Amino acid sequence: MISGSVVPLIVALAGAPLMQGVIIRTKSVIAGRTGQPLMQPYRDLWKLLHKGAVYSQTTSWIFRIGPVVGLASLLLALALMPFGGFPALSAFSGDVILLAYLMALGRFLTVLAALDTGSSFEGMGASREVTFSALAEPALFLSLAALARETGRISIGPLLTAVSWSVWAHAAPMLGLTLAALVIVFLAENARIPVDDPATHLELTMIHEVMVLDHGGPDFAMIQYGATLKMWLFATIIVAVAAPWHSGNRWIDTAIGLAGMLILAIATGVIESSMARLRLLRVPQLLLVAIVLSALAVAL
Amino acid sequence: MSQLINSVLVLLVLTGFMLLGSSRLAACIRVVAFQGVLLGLLAILMQHGELTVTGVLLPLSTAVVKGLLLPWLLFRAMREAETVREIEPLIGYNLSIIAGSAALVIALWLGQRLRLPTEPPSSLLVPAALFTGLTAMIVIVSRRKALTQVLGYLALENSIYAFGTAIALRLPVLVELGILLDVFVGVFVMGIAIFHISREFEHIDTDKFAAPTNQPR
Repeated sequence: MISGSVVPLIVALAGAPLMQGVIIRTKSVIAGRTGQPLMQPYRDLWKLLHKGAVYSQTTSWIFRIGPVVGLASLLLALALMPFGGFPALSAFSGDVILLAYLMALGRFLTVLAALDTGSSFEGMGASREVTFSALAEPALFLSLAALARETGRISIGPLLTAVSWSVWAHAAPMLGLTLAALVIVFLAENARIPVDDPATHLELTMIHEVMVLDHGGPDFAMIQYGATLKMWLFATIIVAVAAPWHSGNRWIDTAIGLAGMLILAIATGVIESSMARLRLLRVPQLLLVAIVLSALAVAL
Repeated sequence: MSQLINSVLVLLVLTGFMLLGSSRLAACIRVVAFQGVLLGLLAILMQHGELTVTGVLLPLSTAVVKGLLLPWLLFRAMREAETVREIEPLIGYNLSIIAGSAALVIALWLGQRLRLPTEPPSSLLVPAALFTGLTAMIVIVSRRKALTQVLGYLALENSIYAFGTAIALRLPVLVELGILLDVFVGVFVMGIAIFHISREFEHIDTDKFAAPTNQPR
């Protein structure tokens, strides 16, 4: 099963925090500030890794394995992702299902860890997180199903490399709808602005951030790093669908992929600067739109 | 060309969902206006490149009437009735969108079963037209404001127009102009009616139109 290249994984591990840095920098520039250095997310991770962790006496072992499983499941999921011209580290028929459920496993443990603390705020965050992800999951699956139907592959790696400009030429409406649905899922799953504000620290409105309030030190570093990896993973899918250049040279394709990631990061920053957060009650409506878009893409 | 037609049809379906999901009347009016423009575009695309003067002018006049003139009338009616948004529809917005998804499934199923005398240029055309009609009916049935119901009626007319492009590639000019005039007069009259209703009852909520004598004073 391990037959591909290790390059996509290395690029993801090294580049993911930078994407976060680019988004934060874009927001600062638009707001008229200089902003933090692009490398700040790496420094934050480094700083957190050198701290100790404090565990509440009410928590159990669930609280401690939460961040570990969260990071491990994302690492496994990233091993299934191709990047640029390089195939994924591992690919087998039907691994799209595994991809989605690896992320669900990580989320499940994060939610359990949040509930384990016994904090009412974290319970609220956990409840919101699972509500919204339950709505985001059908949209993700239907989008992948639409792509699988068009390309005839059910393995995420070959599926993403099979998307090309010739597919765009004869199925542009379907790919456009899929892309729109994937962007909404990208914003929702990564707790970006129309759904959740990553910079907020008001517990009543937070979704993702509130679940990890009690984690500290290396645990928090793992959670933060996992969040950047998750964003990288979704961004890879979007870039592979939106900019399917296959020049033949793997390194050129990788450079194009990286440029795509940069553009997507800047676009996310622009969206975050220009939009207000949706009311909590309106978020399911946005996710319903994503489901409808992807269902329409499957029907085409 | 068929990709362009398909894109227009997908946009048509999406406008249907937008109509179901938005509560602001101004947004709904713009959505229906956009539908009219899309239909004009669709009728031009349907002619397979052999453009004639009437073949372009007719869809163009449809687009102008439905995209500019009718919205202008409706915006005026909205200003006079002093309503900005549809509050508390009988079916909520999320449920409307779910109902819309069900309507899409029905439309796709019907579109496959329906045999037309001529093969439509796109397999999506009949489902998209049927779907627009179904969403229009959902809007007419489930919304309280008279203005939203007028919008539903307009969307219904749009769906019939879309269906018409599927079965009859070229309607007689006189018939098309007649339909356009009918719609225009219809909306004109309904705009005046809404104005009078809002003056008489001080609102345009249709489910509160009980006889004035029954109302507690």
